[in-house]
Amino acid sequence: MSLSLAAQINSVLAALILLTSFALLVQRRVQGLLHIFAWQGLLLSISTAVVGYSAGLHHLYISALLTLTLKVFALPYILYVLIHKLKIHKEVEEVVNIPTTMIIGIALVIFSYDLTSPIRELSTLVTRSTLAVALSTVMLGLLMMITRKKALTQIVGFLSLENGLFFAATSATYGMPLVVELGVALDILIAAFIFGIFFFQIRTTFDSLDLKEMEKLKEDE
Amino acid sequence: MALLVVLVTSLLAAAVLAFVGDRKYAHEINIIGSGATFAASIFLAFEVYESGPMLAGGDFFFVDAFNVYLAVLTAFVSTTTAIFSRKYMKFERAHGRIGHKSMRFYHAMFQLFIFAMLLALLTNNVGVLWISMELATLSTVLLVSLYRTPAAIEAAWKYFILCGVGIALALFGTVLLYFAAEKVFGEGTQGLLWTNLSQASGQLEPTVLSLAFIFLMVGYGTKVGLVPLHNWLPDAHSEGPTPISAVLSGLLLNVALYALVRCKVIVDGATHSNKTGYIMMAFGLLSIIVASFSLLRQKDIKRMFAYSSIEHMGIATFAFGLGGPVATFGALLHMLVHSITKSAIFFTVGHASQMNSTQDMSSIRGLVKGNPLVGWGLMLGVVAIAGVPPFGVFTSEFLILTAAMKNAPYLAPIFLLGIAVAFAALFKRAMPMVFGDPGPSQRPLKASHFPVIVHLVLILVLGLYMPVFLNDWFHKAVELLK
Repeated sequence: MSLSLAAQINSVLAALILLTSFALLVQRRVQGLLHIFAWQGLLLSISTAVVGYSAGLHHLYISALLTLTLKVFALPYILYVLIHKLKIHKEVEEVVNIPTTMIIGIALVIFSYDLTSPIRELSTLVTRSTLAVALSTVMLGLLMMITRKKALTQIVGFLSLENGLFFAATSATYGMPLVVELGVALDILIAAFIFGIFFFQIRTTFDSLDLKEMEKLKEDE
Repeated sequence: MALLVVLVTSLLAAAVLAFVGDRKYAHEINIIGSGATFAASIFLAFEVYESGPMLAGGDFFFVDAFNVYLAVLTAFVSTTTAIFSRKYMKFERAHGRIGHKSMRFYHAMFQLFIFAMLLALLTNNVGVLWISMELATLSTVLLVSLYRTPAAIEAAWKYFILCGVGIALALFGTVLLYFAAEKVFGEGTQGLLWTNLSQASGQLEPTVLSLAFIFLMVGYGTKVGLVPLHNWLPDAHSEGPTPISAVLSGLLLNVALYALVRCKVIVDGATHSNKTGYIMMAFGLLSIIVASFSLLRQKDIKRMFAYSSIEHMGIATFAFGLGGPVATFGALLHMLVHSITKSAIFFTVGHASQMNSTQDMSSIRGLVKGNPLVGWGLMLGVVAIAGVPPFGVFTSEFLILTAAMKNAPYLAPIFLLGIAVAFAALFKRAMPMVFGDPGPSQRPLKASHFPVIVHLVLILVLGLYMPVFLNDWFHKAVELLK
């Protein structure tokens, strides 16, 4: 595989990842969110493997495999079990309506491109054009966390943000050193268990997973 | 060698305590674990004091004057907190606020938290630094929600989400740092080692590093509790068990600030300007002002001292931003004295709220009559934290103020205003709680006095006399951070 072909494949994958980020913003069904999140993980894993192949770096295969198991199977499965146990089938409720969210999202993407433009010119990697996409994914994940009310959708937003970070690590550089990547994967796994426990705690205490209920701790006026 | 013992002991203690659970000697094992870590950290400090900065474990660990004193401090406060937690948690268990399983969880996570902080301090790899900061967050999230009250769960959720996002941005900053370093050091771990990065910082691309610093500042700044990223802090401190408030406030904030300062050194070397300093000064001053005015309207005692922590971290951040030998010396000292004083205050606050079975300040009355040592402990703690001489906080604040007058005279009045408002607010609240007549519901308590007394004596000593070795360390650290 020639370098330019690898670069082109990667650009396509980057575009698709950005697309899934927007899809997460418009999806109204909770199960649909999980499917899109799994797709995003799969794209990320393929992209990592492609970078690894074209650059001849074998440790990236391990990262790709980690992403595949963690973000395509393990995390969506955990969330899937949770929504069944907790019987969450309702539609996603948003704070800001979806068309407005989309427009804010587009503005964020432009902002990310602008912010990373000086770095893009410095990079000599095949993957350099994808750094802006990575930052956009981070920003869109953040946007999703801000504009959603349910604990579960906030978590999906958080994980998608994490995907963006991972994409940044493989796109700006050829992946972080393996020690760091393993550590990050471990942290995410622990975080997944913690929010699992959290859902049950929130459910039993508040009788719902709606974060509207959690507005007691405010400053007294 | 001592370094390995420091790290392994706390990890081992966490594993042992996970098995021991709620059995009779769990509290004692917790104390022994922390105590052993403390002893090992002193040995480590001796090694570093005698032979200077050292690299260990294939460059994976790096110990110098800057982090060794924080490591000793972390181990020390964790030991005294473990001693305090013995009586405190027995009381909570006896009164049914926490159950059998929670107790096991509490002990194991306490030690894991200490391990995470020590790893963050001692590692040479900025990637591992990030990982251990995240581990420190994760290990305390479920401790904040230990009481399972709606407010506690809300606080823990906020802590989890806000710090999670914050620290995720710090990872982005770390990725950018590595991106710049890769051009100089090539593939692999070498590009993430702090010793390499700070040495070759002149060769790193300044535009990338400036961008990286913004992300690192927002990321680690969230964990330091700087305004406007501080929302999680008062909630997490007020709703969790008091020993956890003490270590969060006294240690975790310090470690996060440490991470930020380490990154600042690299970025400054690349940009050859004090841009990062100005950013930190702005965040610091804003924190001082917002926190000190927020102090005025607090009702919950732990919440009030949480805001006081924001104020003091603001002071240290401001001083690091100011730069120069005097301000940096002041900042290093301030991290030390704030940590010791604030954890002592949380110890007495924990007992005070147990005696009155409330955290509401208007219902806590007459502590001196109820339990003189708790009452006076709180009073002296407040006197010390407000910056009254001869306590150590006065010394550090005075140093920082002197530097501010010299280098940024127009900012000094703002700094002073913050300290003055905080002083007034703390005294206004503390006087009625300490003196006056106790309410009818107050109950006697077997309090644990030893940790409070040790901390207060230390803080008094540090105000009157600076030990030679500490002075040496601080001077070396100042050189390093120049």
